[in-house]
Amino acid sequence: MSAQHEIITSKNLVAGYSDNIVWRDASFSINRGEFVAVIGPNGAGKTTLFRLLLGLQQPVSGTIKIFDAAPKRGNPQISYVPQRHIFDDDTNLESLELVRLGFSGKKWGLGLFSHEDRKAAFDVLKDVGATDLAHRSLGALSGGELQRIFLAEALVSEPTLLLLDEPLSNLDIRRERELLQLINGVVRSRNVTALLIAHNINPLLPYLDKVVYIANGKVATGTPKEVLTSASLSALFGVQVEVLRDSRGNIAIVGIEDSHRCQPE
Amino acid sequence: MTFSINPWIDLQQMLQYQFMQHAFEAGTVVAILGGIVGYFVVLRRSSFAAHALSHIGFSGAAAAVLIGVNPVYGLLLFTSVGGLGIAALGRRAANRDAEIGIVLAFMLGLGVLFLSLYTGYATEAYSILFGEILGISFSNVLLTLVAGVIILVLISLVYRPLLFASLDEDVAEAKGMPVVLLGIIFMLLVAVATSFAVQVVGVLLIFSLMVTPAATAQRLAKRPGRVIIISVVIALIATWLGLFIAFFEPYPVSFFITTIAFVFYLFVRFITPRIRNFMSGFGESTIS
Repeated sequence: MSAQHEIITSKNLVAGYSDNIVWRDASFSINRGEFVAVIGPNGAGKTTLFRLLLGLQQPVSGTIKIFDAAPKRGNPQISYVPQRHIFDDDTNLESLELVRLGFSGKKWGLGLFSHEDRKAAFDVLKDVGATDLAHRSLGALSGGELQRIFLAEALVSEPTLLLLDEPLSNLDIRRERELLQLINGVVRSRNVTALLIAHNINPLLPYLDKVVYIANGKVATGTPKEVLTSASLSALFGVQVEVLRDSRGNIAIVGIEDSHRCQPE
Repeated sequence: MTFSINPWIDLQQMLQYQFMQHAFEAGTVVAILGGIVGYFVVLRRSSFAAHALSHIGFSGAAAAVLIGVNPVYGLLLFTSVGGLGIAALGRRAANRDAEIGIVLAFMLGLGVLFLSLYTGYATEAYSILFGEILGISFSNVLLTLVAGVIILVLISLVYRPLLFASLDEDVAEAKGMPVVLLGIIFMLLVAVATSFAVQVVGVLLIFSLMVTPAATAQRLAKRPGRVIIISVVIALIATWLGLFIAFFEPYPVSFFITTIAFVFYLFVRFITPRIRNFMSGFGESTIS
């Protein structure tokens, strides 16, 4: 990993709307080249964090800085992969075209004589191991294949920060592991920072540098070892919870069964 | 008039008539516009919005006829305002279908009122509903051409951003692209293209030039550029062939245009997959 270089810093950040605070008092920093999981129950405000980073929403109070500046829409250093469903079966458009648009979609004009985007798209498809999908139609891809294409679309503009909103939903255990290995490889080889929203932290544990745990209107941040302890999660949830570990290192949080799913599924 | 043995002689005979020349000129421009704008209509799943715009245009045309103005101006005004309204309703087409339908019904009702107030010929109503390209005036041909050139220039400017915003709106928005503005530009493009297409196929048959060619082409190619070219070719063939047959047969042009477009669709929908399967038996399929 490269030098510890802070790219996201937040101080006493309060998110949501003045009449409806989603979470408050978040102070954390995230460094260049870190793989970070954003975990928490449904509706805890995980996507809100992404919207703040993308400049699509403003903080209620406190500060958030990204690359030493306030977040603004359209920052070319950030690529965002929204939580998405599959394309309709009849979307007969080849994957390569979507990846190309990730490179040149912002440019005006037809770009008839520019093949730069085509080359960039092929290169990045190779990086994510999806060259065989280049000419397949988006509507015909499986969930795991689509996530590779979305990752390629996000990477083709060479960002330094990747925001991935629930890329693992709807994937079976094998595809989930393949995608995580791929994302981890991208983070390490390109020195990219990745923030990944997920429900279940266990499949991510082997790869993570940091966890942002959002629950109960509060945010806890640190290494998995720091955050995923009985003491720290009890403070976060405001009730006594216990973190149990099995022989393979998987964790289970006991005491908040109804409010979220952190157990292996 | 009947067909001779030699289609070339038929063609020459037909084009001696100035009204047929005008019909071909306007028809060609409209087919090109419909083929291109139709691709974005299909891609954005805005068929219903396009349908609604043409019906909103109906009351505009009827109002124009009532006050003695060129119906195209009424169409342009009403479809543009309607397009802006639909764009303002929001980005998710699925959420605004009911609202669009409500306005559509009201506008059709207004159109009926305007027509009943108009004491002229009933053929005016008929030609707005089903198109009357054979009677198009030279000044309308010119107007169609000017509008066509403006639309083509505009589309080539916004082509990539519009494509991106149509396919992947959330990502486009996060990248700071003006997705709302692009939505407005798109609806205005549909409004203008619809207004001129009404001259050829009428309000009720607008889909035959705005949706059928693009939806057919989308089954034949996976790259936007190719889909658009195929879509334009289908729209042109349907329009030209429709005009040609209608000159010799006593049936409406718009009937032939819609039927030819439909036959293209049926062929591509049901026959082409079989050919493709048959071909792939010999190795890699080359159709893409």
